[in-house]
Amino acid sequence: MSNFLLQLNKAFENRARLGIMSVLMVNDDVEFNRLKELLQLTDGNLASHIAALEKENFIEVRKQFIGKKPNTTYIATSEGKKAFSEHLDALEKMLNQIR
Amino acid sequence: MKTPEQHLADLGEIRSLMHRSSRFLSLSGISGVCAGLFALAGAAGAYIYLGNDTFFGLDVFSLRKFPGAKILDYESMANRLRDIDFYTFFLIDALLVLVGSLTVGYYFTKRKAKRSGASLWDDSVKQLLIHLFVPLAAGGIFALLLLAHDLIALVAPVTLLFYGIALFNAGKYTHNDIRYLGLCEIVLGLIGTFYPDSGLLLWAIGFGVLHIVYGIVLYYKYEREGKEG
Repeated sequence: MSNFLLQLNKAFENRARLGIMSVLMVNDDVEFNRLKELLQLTDGNLASHIAALEKENFIEVRKQFIGKKPNTTYIATSEGKKAFSEHLDALEKMLNQIR
Repeated sequence: MKTPEQHLADLGEIRSLMHRSSRFLSLSGISGVCAGLFALAGAAGAYIYLGNDTFFGLDVFSLRKFPGAKILDYESMANRLRDIDFYTFFLIDALLVLVGSLTVGYYFTKRKAKRSGASLWDDSVKQLLIHLFVPLAAGGIFALLLLAHDLIALVAPVTLLFYGIALFNAGKYTHNDIRYLGLCEIVLGLIGTFYPDSGLLLWAIGFGVLHIVYGIVLYYKYEREGKEG
């Protein structure tokens, strides 16, 4: 059982980070407020989890201006998508073995 | 370290987020039923207008057989309707059905979104509308051009066909069930192209009966007893 645990990615231990990645897996790019609404997190909380995922290179931040309003969107990198899929596979294997 | 139960809960959460974030799930079944009823009323209006004209080759609808039809004074109503120009009548008829369905659909969808705490305008709605309206607009313009070329018999099957394609295309952004509705509309459209005389009947089935069936299925599957998508 221990080798499954090795495959579980530490970066995804947290529920908010799992949530962020889940949303980014199925949507091309997502705005900060949309993530906040979906995950029901506070600004600061969400920002710190985003920063952690960004540091791992799992998500990419895109800042641009729509007219005069700054607009920040987030995109999962291919590295992040791969890591997340592997994490899910490991979770699945682990749960299957327990059953 | 997390327990298996916690991991299982995480997986459930992941699944739900992937689903909720990419699909608009507030489409209401009741609005489907209402759209179907509007379409049937529109088809009935068209039938009265055409009377026994064999243009659409229809006898099935014979309104005079219904018990209440005598009260309506069918003949004089039909005569009055027939004073209206053919194109004007059909455009107004179709427009009334469309506006009625959209208004009722908007109302019930808004109500459902409010109840489930989902927002009525987010990325998933935008995606749904774009994927729905691009084929739909193409089909609508195409149908108007057919009218302009006097190819009236093809209008009903073409609207069904394009509507079906639009629904199938939009299926990725809402309940998957809408794809089956789309496929049925496409089949009806193709049958209608093969038998252009049965246009009104197929139109009534496609926009009327199928919407009602779809609305009921949606209602029982997702809305009864406060079930959520």
